[in-house]
Order: sequence, then C-alpha cells, then structure tokens
Amino acid sequence: MSQGKKIDEVTGVETTGHVWDGDIYELNKPLPRWWLYTFYISILWAIGYWIVYPAWPTINGYTKGVLNYSQRDQVKQDIEAWKSGHAKYRTQIAQMSLADIRKNDELFQFSIAGGGALFGENCAGCHGRGAQGGIGYPNLNDDDWLWGGDLDKIHQTIAFGIRSGNPNAHDSAMPRFGTDKVLDEAQIRDTANFVRSLSHLDVDQEAAKRGAQIFADNCAACHGDQGKGNQDMGAPNLTDAIWLYGSSQEAVMQSIRTGRGGAMPAWSERLDPVAVKMLTLFVYSLGGGQAEAASASAPAAGADKPK
Amino acid sequence: MNTMDRPNKFLIGGGDEGRPTPPPRQSDYVPRTKIYPKRARGTFRGIKWIVMAVTLAIYYVVPWLRWNRGEGLPDQAILFDFANQRLLFGPIEIWAQEFYYVTGLLVLGALALFLVTSVAGRMWCGYACPQTVWTDLMIAIERFWQGDRNAQLRLDSQPWSFEKIWKKSITHLSWLAIAVATGGALVFYFGDAPTLAIELVHGTAPTVAYFFLGLFTLTTYLLGGLAREQVCIYMCPWPRIQGAMVDRDSLLISYRELRGEPRGAHKTGTTWEGRGDCIDCKACVAVCPMGIDIRNGSQLECIQCALCVDACNEIMDRVGRPRELIAYTTIGNLSNATSSPREGWRIIRPRTILYTVMITLVASLMGWSLLNRADFEFSVIQDRNPFFVVLSDGGLRNGYMIKIANKFEGVRHFKLRFKGPADLQPKFVEFDGTDPTIEVNPSEVRAVKVFLLLPGAQRKELRSDAEPVTIELQDVESGQTASRATIFRSPS
Repeated sequence: MSQGKKIDEVTGVETTGHVWDGDIYELNKPLPRWWLYTFYISILWAIGYWIVYPAWPTINGYTKGVLNYSQRDQVKQDIEAWKSGHAKYRTQIAQMSLADIRKNDELFQFSIAGGGALFGENCAGCHGRGAQGGIGYPNLNDDDWLWGGDLDKIHQTIAFGIRSGNPNAHDSAMPRFGTDKVLDEAQIRDTANFVRSLSHLDVDQEAAKRGAQIFADNCAACHGDQGKGNQDMGAPNLTDAIWLYGSSQEAVMQSIRTGRGGAMPAWSERLDPVAVKMLTLFVYSLGGGQAEAASASAPAAGADKPK
Repeated sequence: MNTMDRPNKFLIGGGDEGRPTPPPRQSDYVPRTKIYPKRARGTFRGIKWIVMAVTLAIYYVVPWLRWNRGEGLPDQAILFDFANQRLLFGPIEIWAQEFYYVTGLLVLGALALFLVTSVAGRMWCGYACPQTVWTDLMIAIERFWQGDRNAQLRLDSQPWSFEKIWKKSITHLSWLAIAVATGGALVFYFGDAPTLAIELVHGTAPTVAYFFLGLFTLTTYLLGGLAREQVCIYMCPWPRIQGAMVDRDSLLISYRELRGEPRGAHKTGTTWEGRGDCIDCKACVAVCPMGIDIRNGSQLECIQCALCVDACNEIMDRVGRPRELIAYTTIGNLSNATSSPREGWRIIRPRTILYTVMITLVASLMGWSLLNRADFEFSVIQDRNPFFVVLSDGGLRNGYMIKIANKFEGVRHFKLRFKGPADLQPKFVEFDGTDPTIEVNPSEVRAVKVFLLLPGAQRKELRSDAEPVTIELQDVESGQTASRATIFRSPS
C-alpha cells in the first residue's frame, strides 16, 4: 500500500502511492474534513428516509414509514380531486340537453376531451383510434350515417346499441337472399351490377338493367326506390361513395348473398349517462355531425337515461 | 519464523537498509484553517465597495420595479411566473417553449466571462460573483462586531467569556438577518413582490415561498458566512477552467518576483541596493480572503480580488519604494525586471477578437429574433388518424388542429384564410359558418379544429396525394398576418 508513497521533490507534497508506468505519481491533495462530514450527513439523511418513507421489503410486505406515504394512495387522492373538480361540469352535462351543451363552449370542450378518452377506452377497439372504422365497422368521421348523424340520433345509437338485445336498440335484418335461395347466383350478380351502377361505378350495363327489376322487387322496400337508403331501418344509402363492406362486385354480391348486420353494444348498460352524452358530443365533433332536424325537439334530461 | 521477520507496523523503516524513510502518514482529510482577513484600504477596495453596493442594490430593488401590462396581468417588471410557465421581462414575455432565449442569455454570459477572463483574469470572481459579494459583506459585519484581524485572533484565543459569547452571537445573528433578507428578496422574483411581502409577514404566503426563503437563508448563511473561501476552492468549477482561458497577455494579479526578491526586513535609512523591494511584512497575506501568499505565484485559490495590491501599495508608499510590487500584470512582463507591469499589454488579439465576434453574433441573433417575434403565434397540426375522410359524394375531407397563442396584453380577434387546390371549404367544429372570428384571451392558447372539404366533383383537380395548402391567420385589429404551410391528403 504505502510502498509507492514518497515526497514529491518539486512540490514537497506527499504522493498517494498510486504509480502508473513506473514513474507517474499522484500528489496527495486531501479533501477538506467538512467534505467528509457532508458524506456522513448524506448517510444520516438516507436513514431518515428509511424511517419516514416506505423502504425495506419484509417477508409479507414492506416497512411503511412513519408518514405512511403511498404513491398509490396519492394517485387515488389525485383522481378524487380531479373528479370533484369535474363534478360541476358533469352535473351540468347531466341536466342540459345535448344541443345546449353543444352551444356552451366550455362544456362542449370538456365533453370532447372526456369523450375522446372514453372513445379510446371503449370504442376504438372496433371503430379504430381515429374513428376511421374498417370493413364492417363504420367510419365515424364521414358524413354518411346508417342510423342518423344529429346529436339525438347519435346518442340513441350509442346508448342502446345496434342489434344489442336492448329493447330500445336499433334492430333490423337484411335478408340472406342467396343463402335462403330467394335469388339465384345470376340474379345476385345482376342486382349487384345495378346497385353499383347507382354510385356510377363501372358495371355491365345489360346486367344492371336486369338487376333494376330485381332491386325494385326485393330491395327498394328498405333501401328506397332510388337506393337512397332509410335511416329509420339502418338501410344504407347505396348511391354514395361510402361502402361499409366494400364496393367491389364480389363484396356487393356477398352482401346480397348473406345479408349484413353488424352489432354494437348498448353503452348505457355499461357507462353512466354523462359518459354516453360526452361520447355523443365527441363523435358529433369528428366532422360528420349533422344539425338537428328542425322538427326534432331536444329531449328532456330524463329521456336520456336508460330505461 | 521468528518475530523479527514479521512486518512491524510500529517500526517505520526500521532496519531496512538502503530505503528512504517513509514520511509520517499524512491524513486523507485536512482540517480547515480559519482565515482572518485584515481590512485593506485603497483603490481596489474602493471599487469593490462600489460593486458590492451596486450589485446588492440591483438584487434587492429589481423585484419592486413595476411595468403596466394591462388589466388582469401582473405588473411586476421582472417576474419568473412559473405557475403560468412564462418569464416576464418588461415588455417581453417569454413562454416555456421559447426557453431558448434564456439559453441564449446563458451563452452570452459564458462568452462574456471568457472575454473578461482572457483580458483581465478572474474579474468575475474578484468583484462580481455573488459568493464574493456576500462573503465580503459577511466579513465586513464580522469585523464590525469583532474588530479587525488582530482583535479577532485575540478573541478566538481567549477562553469563553461573556464578551466572546456576546460578540460571536451578535455576529451570527447579523449573518442570519442578512441571509433571511437574501432568501426573502429571492422569492419576490417569483411572485408579486408587494403582495408576497405582506403575505410573508402575515404568515399567509404559499408554503413554497417559505421553503425557498428558508433554503436561501440557509445557503446564504452557510456559503457566505461559514464556508466562504471553501466554496471557491472546493465547490466551484471555474478555478479549474480559468487555466485554459488566460494567456501571456491576460492581466493577472501577480507578485513581481524579479523586483521583489531577495526579500527581507528593511531598516529605515539603509540602502535598497542589492536586495528586492519586498520587505516580507506579509501585509499581502494578512488581507487575503483566500488565505494564500500571492508571492508563491499563480494559484487555483486566488480569486484576483486585488486586495493584496492595495495592501502592498500602502506599504510601498510607507517605505518610499514605487507602487505595484504586486500588480495587475501579464505573464510576459513577469520575466522582465525593468518593464512596467502592463508594458506591451495587448487587449486586441485573436482570442479576444473571437470572443467579441461570438458575443456580437449571439447578441444580434437574439436581438433580431426578439424584435421580429410576433406577439401571437400559431401552429397547424394535420390530423394523422385518419389522414383523410371520404365523404358520401366522393369528396374528401382533411382535419387540422390550429393553435393560436396570444402573447399580447389584451383580447385579440383572428380570421383564418385557406389557400389550396380547388375550392376547399372550411368547416369548424365550434363555430358556425365558414369565416368565424376567433377570439383569444390574453396569455392564452386557443385550439381551433377545422375541416377542409373538397367536393367530389373537384377530386380530379388534385395533382398529388399531398397537395400544398397555406393557412393564413390575420389579426383583425392590427392586420398582422402569419401563414403556415401544410398539405391536403388524398388516397393515392
């Protein structure tokens, strides 16, 4: 240890005893004594932490510390604080009609923010994080609505679902024209040609002409004479550019063959009424929201609650 | 094995022929030697008093300066408004995202430090560093209660008595009073000073204010009152860096050895022939707040406060020799006994030119950027999920989040214009109509969601799947405009 220690000739200072390359020595420049004390104080400080805060694991738990501090409890408290901060908005949202909330800047912003979070947790699984939808799952950003796109209609759809089993749910069924042998494969092909011609896609004109009569006999009852659809029955508009199950000849034939009918849960059975309202406003704000029909009056607060 | 073969730690070098005797073991830690700096008188001490008065005045007065910003906004000229994430400097309001201005100030500060150091050494350390200023103040107070160096030495060697207890207590109490005033003034920079002052006295100020007041009371007392030179020697990185900052042309306080040596006591009336001017009176050592002997040459501990220059000049006057045996001089002149201390001193040299150019560059860049800084800002973020939405008529829609920040002291109104391919139709979520007036409150950021719609019939006018779009924001009152480029996406 002290073998290499010697007095440096130039400075008169002792070396530390560490030698490199045989002749490079390190001068011993000792630290001030108080520096050592700060080190001891740091150790004492750490011991203080052990006493005050949770620190050591035990066989079936851990030392709690005299403050009994827990980050989990802290988070719970923070969440409670946030909730009580939100209470005034939630009370107003519960009492006001959707149209009135839409006109109240503060409440509308609050609803969009909260609705966005709810959407991510509950809806994004099917409709996608950006509500962009997919095959069989409607894009909620566009202006095409199966069951109506004003505030009250969106609310109705979210609250009670589609083919969800809820008594208030949207319910309709498209016949399985192929499976049930109502139409044969050639008729299905003709009908598909006609349906696609409604939105100006390239079709076999001859087949489409033959399909027109089949359409009038079998489809117009729900989709309308012009194929414009019927939102009361969830029958899609067949003349626009939006195709829930795809616009190819094969996709349209498949729809006619087996029928279509997606399902959505009744969210009033899972979420509280305020959450459903916030979700409604969020979906409405995505860009496709439609103005209220002039005749439709805003529903009273009670009407929004699940039965 | 007999006992003589065993190493004996009590016998140092005993019986070990041919090896040098190892020195007695030196401690790994050194005790602190208390320094009793004697009061100096002279030019530099005078300058130091003035610098202390000015810097302390700036520190204590600045938070009380007012600046009218209008209704509902703080009227403190300089306010570090952490709660609202902004710094207020008179008419300039710097938001958190513009923190680069503060970075710029720090860069400027560092460059100025480099420049000063390369011209005249550790001027900052010697005169303006808060550690020096407060230590100087604490030393002055100590001297006021306990007397100068000799009286303090005497007092410390005395056994404890009423006089000693009283003098020591009153000194520490005075230090604490200054420390409280220091911590107290600091918190005023972070809140409205007049309000906070009343709250502090009544005990109703925020806990964080008391915490920082306490913290800075403690650090001022510890660092300025107790630790003093230990801070400069052991804690501060600057003494280590300065070696790279000075060169042969930097003015450094040095003992001019060629003139001073050989030193020795001098009897009045005897000749000065064949000896140096240094009479070894140790006046320079007595006044040194760092407790070093400047005659040992340039040292890490030396903060270049010039008090030894004053002390030596006083002695030289008394013995009738020329002043400046210890002086601001260059390394070049130290090796020449006959030259005057600052002979051939070059201020203008590549190093100083470089620092000056850099300072000018950074300062003008910051100045230009501050002058051309809009007092509103806006940003456009295009929706990424989904990129575009196909509408029922085959048209397309893109969504944009526009954020408008109003840094102006008053409500402002804005209009948006959109230029892009074909007839893009804006549609707002929160506003009716296609051309709403957007109101933004002072010191607020407002997010506005806007959709741009392209009718299906015009899809063929799109040339690419990412057409350029310009969004222009106009301040209705002032007519100021700003624009941002973005794109309109479509299926490829």
